[in-house]
Amino acid sequence: MELVSTATTVAEPVVRDPEDAKRRTKVGLLLLLVSGLLFYFWTSIDNAEVSYLLGDRTAGAEPGTLPARPVTLGCAVVVLVIALAVASGVLRRGVGNVLAMIVAGFAFILGFIVWAYSDQEAAFQAVITNPLPGTFAIATPLILGALAGCLCERAGVINVAIEGQFLAGAFFASVVASLTYSAGAGLLGGIAAGVGIAAMLALFAIRYLVNQVVLGVVLVVFASGLTAFLLDQVPDDPAVKQYLNDPPTLNDIAIPVLSDIPVIGEAMFNQTILVYLMYASVAVVTFIMFETRWGLRVRAVGEHPKAADTVGINVKRTRWQAVLFGGVFAGLGGAYFTIGSTGSFDKGASSGNGFIALAAVIMGRWHPIWATLAALFFGFVSSLQDQLKLVSKIPSELLTMTPYIATVVAVAGFVGRVRPPAADGEPYVPS
Amino acid sequence: MPDGPAPPGKADRDSAAEPTPPPSAPSGVPAEAQGAGRFAAYLPSIKVTAASILLALVIGALLIVVSDRRVVESFGYFFSYPWDALRNSGAAIAESYTALVTGSVGSWSAITATLERAAPLICGGLAVALAFRCGLFNIGAQGQLVIGAICAAYVGFHYDLPPVVHVIAALLAGLAGGAVWGGIVGLLKARTGAHEVITTIMLNYIALSILTWLLTKEAFQQPGSNNPRSEKVADTATFPELFGVHSGIVLAVAAALGVWWLLERSTVGFEMRAVGANPDASRTAGMSVANVYTIAMVVAGLLAGLAGTQQVLGHEDSLTANFGGTIGFDAITVALLGRATPLGTVLAGLLFGALSVGGTAMQASAATPLALTQVLQALIVLFVAAPALVRGVFRMRSARDGGTVLASGWNS
Repeated sequence: MELVSTATTVAEPVVRDPEDAKRRTKVGLLLLLVSGLLFYFWTSIDNAEVSYLLGDRTAGAEPGTLPARPVTLGCAVVVLVIALAVASGVLRRGVGNVLAMIVAGFAFILGFIVWAYSDQEAAFQAVITNPLPGTFAIATPLILGALAGCLCERAGVINVAIEGQFLAGAFFASVVASLTYSAGAGLLGGIAAGVGIAAMLALFAIRYLVNQVVLGVVLVVFASGLTAFLLDQVPDDPAVKQYLNDPPTLNDIAIPVLSDIPVIGEAMFNQTILVYLMYASVAVVTFIMFETRWGLRVRAVGEHPKAADTVGINVKRTRWQAVLFGGVFAGLGGAYFTIGSTGSFDKGASSGNGFIALAAVIMGRWHPIWATLAALFFGFVSSLQDQLKLVSKIPSELLTMTPYIATVVAVAGFVGRVRPPAADGEPYVPS
Repeated sequence: MPDGPAPPGKADRDSAAEPTPPPSAPSGVPAEAQGAGRFAAYLPSIKVTAASILLALVIGALLIVVSDRRVVESFGYFFSYPWDALRNSGAAIAESYTALVTGSVGSWSAITATLERAAPLICGGLAVALAFRCGLFNIGAQGQLVIGAICAAYVGFHYDLPPVVHVIAALLAGLAGGAVWGGIVGLLKARTGAHEVITTIMLNYIALSILTWLLTKEAFQQPGSNNPRSEKVADTATFPELFGVHSGIVLAVAAALGVWWLLERSTVGFEMRAVGANPDASRTAGMSVANVYTIAMVVAGLLAGLAGTQQVLGHEDSLTANFGGTIGFDAITVALLGRATPLGTVLAGLLFGALSVGGTAMQASAATPLALTQVLQALIVLFVAAPALVRGVFRMRSARDGGTVLASGWNS
């Protein structure tokens, strides 16, 4: 905005960038559409109030109420103002623009939720609840998988096999936890399995120079076949099954002070050890990748292996290390699907989440923090979708697809073209 | 690297001495097409493929031994009476693999089952292979075939048309549905740069939710029933049978020929391969990379849609929530095993079709879990993709062979 004002005061001819004009019309139209939708919500609401509950349901908190019509109207007006600001060119690229987009997004979500929960016909009045616990539940394995993907791909090894690592991690976490009666030991089993698949990935990608996309897909098939095969070997007899696939699950641990923070405390700090490991992993991976010598080497090897080799970095060894290190996180992510949530392993336990983690890696531009945010975004929309199923306004089968549509819209509309690490997927053959 | 015989995945010490072509240049004519002895040039890769299958079967045999309770028990007293364990293992392996072979190619009915299973795999494989040659990783064959099948089935049961017209109309509807679903991916990539891996994954889920949603609608459900199962496709809209096989397999082979022509003989196909090899160079040469991506994804979606029609207009004639199984995903392995060539995809589709049908028979008669065939599939593709490993195991003389010939990275 400052740029614009200085340009006009000096009275230089303002150069109109056609790209910018195009973007303005596009974003402006989109926001107008959203605002129109919100106005429609406003007109279609009949009853006055919806109730919401942000705290813990069991803690006996009384739900608050929100006047439905004014809130949707307010949201519609906010979005309309932002739309006009974008279209008229007041908002340009920069922090102001990003903030305005975030505000518009929240206004839309708020208006939408209020509309969805208003005018309920059922005798039981559904209450808007805090979507954050669900967000973290869905996002935790995605984030861990995305970290594995980031580590591998920053080192130049494409990892399509996150799903395979999840499956192996989930299965062996369950088996080890059942054998030892200890969920903690199960985590180690999950890590070992994740690293095992990672070792196969590294062996075939780095030693045998197999095309890495092929390899990733094959490893997913391999892991899903192997876990299904091994699961078939576990007898149904409960006397035997309890030693193999009936693990204890991880307990929630409340962190003393932090878990009492009003809205986010319960969601973020009364969780299993796996979730805390996830927080730590994000920090550790980001730190290692961007602040340490080894991280610099990993990134060098992924961008320009020949240059890295020239200055004496052992390309293959660095790649091996990065892939195996990534396997640790993917294995932990896999463990979430058994000992972190439901307990025993089922065929295809991770149900395609590995691919969503892969999408998060790409959407987050191969950066651990952005990938984490992408996973959280997906988790947020998914958990919202889960809640809205309670309300009968939209068919639940259609709601199921909203997280995926939201991801496509986010990728197509806001992320756009991404640039992978330059040597991603190219085996290094010293010549 | 769509079809250069020497991508960077070159493993052999002796071939490293030869001048390597620049890694990302679109090398024109493959070595095997120059000069005489085309078959001889294919021989090394045939040998490696056969050896890979053998190696995979050996590992599969180990898994069979482990999964057979009788064998495991007899290994308990292996040191006092080893012959028992060996004989039991041999019997278990022989029983499973015999069931696998007779179940897939042992009789005419088994062969027809294999062909019918292979047809959608081939079409889906072609959808993945074509996109691969254009440098796109199409994980979305599943979604494309689901949408194609929905469209084909709807035309198949909702309209009342004369025999030949009906099947053609249903087929075209299926193709159009798949093409639209694939086209969305291409268009998004061309217009906004949205990565096709993300969009195809997401569109798979969206297609699946559309399917489950439609199956709750009365317009789709069988009259008088609440099951999530669509009406049966009218007899006039099903593929005619030839020798006990529905003619979808003919369409699959025709599609393979069409893809071959498109890729090797047409201008668009050349542009696809060029863009797959090096988008920047193609842009410099005046090609519209965006258009090529869109066309490639439309055609890929069309092929996947064909796979979907084979599911509903073939024998399995009503839609259910999981009628597609994992065809779209298996298609990726088919395309990879076929090295993204039409002929290779057909052969790989036949092999995996046979494995899948035989696996069911094996589970029924020898009680070996079906999942074993999945492991076998993975291992076969893995070993074919790692010729250096297979040659090492079998002490083969290394030949000029470039491993898999596909785009190597995300870069596009």
